[in-house]
Amino acid sequence: MTHQHAAGPWSLLATAVVLVLVVAAAGYAAALWVTRHRSPWPTRRTALWYAGLLCAGAALLGPVAEAARASFTAHMLGHVLLGMLAPLLLVLGAPVTLALRALPPARARTLTRLLRQPAVRTVTHPVVAAALNAGGLWLLYTTDLYHHVHTSALVHAAVHVHVVLAGYVFTASIAGVDPDPHRAPVAVRAAVLVTFMAAHSVLAKWLYVHPPAGVAVADAQAGAQLMYYAGDAVDVTLIVLLLAGWYTAARPRDAAIAGPRAAS
Amino acid sequence: MATPDFSADVPARRPAEQGSVDLDRRTVLSGLLFGAGVAASMIDLFIFHLVLHWHHFYDRSTTEVALTADGFFHAFGWFITIWGLFLLADVRRRTEVAWRRWAAAVVTGVGLLQLVDGVIDHKVLRIHQIRYGVDLLPYDVAWIGSAVLLILVGLLMLRRTRPSGARREP
Repeated sequence: MTHQHAAGPWSLLATAVVLVLVVAAAGYAAALWVTRHRSPWPTRRTALWYAGLLCAGAALLGPVAEAARASFTAHMLGHVLLGMLAPLLLVLGAPVTLALRALPPARARTLTRLLRQPAVRTVTHPVVAAALNAGGLWLLYTTDLYHHVHTSALVHAAVHVHVVLAGYVFTASIAGVDPDPHRAPVAVRAAVLVTFMAAHSVLAKWLYVHPPAGVAVADAQAGAQLMYYAGDAVDVTLIVLLLAGWYTAARPRDAAIAGPRAAS
Repeated sequence: MATPDFSADVPARRPAEQGSVDLDRRTVLSGLLFGAGVAASMIDLFIFHLVLHWHHFYDRSTTEVALTADGFFHAFGWFITIWGLFLLADVRRRTEVAWRRWAAAVVTGVGLLQLVDGVIDHKVLRIHQIRYGVDLLPYDVAWIGSAVLLILVGLLMLRRTRPSGARREP
């Protein structure tokens, strides 16, 4: 089975991944070029965006992706990189803000209108985004899906696209830096984040004792612990970002600028 | 013991601010959350899992209900630790922090959490025990006893650090 990976749909998949990464890298660079005469774009945003692409690339191509076909631990490393760390870094790269700066006004308005669509609004609600993210993981690890990921290139592609998109939307709904006219209140985002973190750690412990079919016990235990601790690290970062947002919004204002609606 | 009176330190521009914040309450809340959070997320992880190796990553007798409860306990512990620190930072940027009062609240928070952990997690839900392969009674007595002691000390400290005069920011 492993030998067939070198040809056919699998190599097509690798090409598609490279293509998407190149487009994402070139698109960001082009937007930076177009806006070079405007107020400077924070260097850290650029660095975060490219670090995110690097993480996604490391998860999907090269040694980690190769090892993930045989090792559950390597698969889990790929999952943490692709579904948690890469989305966090990409969200902090503020691609929507950059796109709105770079696009001509008419196109920027179209993009804004698109982002205000009821469907987008629903999917980017923290509760829905968390359900899509955690639900996808539960399906992947508690059903036969995990097995099919390694045999069918189509399932493989669908699962990985879901993992990265759900990870991105979830992260953006909790601690996004791009403009979001319908951002949920801090209390809602906090409750969703705590619930998600709990679900993630419960799933990790469940996998520790219930290895997916075909995975050796020691491999499952190492992978489950990696999922638990690395997941914690990313989730704790999300908590800090979420509360840092509250901290900034709740800052006491000077009497001169304190309006009747100043945040308390 | 001198009671810190930070109401005098409140800058003159404060009254203009909308929505008054009770800074004493916020100081105490910050300490309680931070203390309980540290007890939940860090004391357990660093001391009992990593240093003493008394706890295991997964106790095989764990039921699914207990596992879920533990997951929430764990996530909530991290959240309130960080929340407590942000509240402290918020008090600090508004006024002088009453550190003794904050420390009193931290001690109380640690005690409260240890009590909940010792009674509910260990004894009622039986998620995990303090140590395995030993007679648990002395450990439970030490655990719950120290929790009660911490709470009593914390409450006493809170009582002695009560701010005098106007407690509420206008």
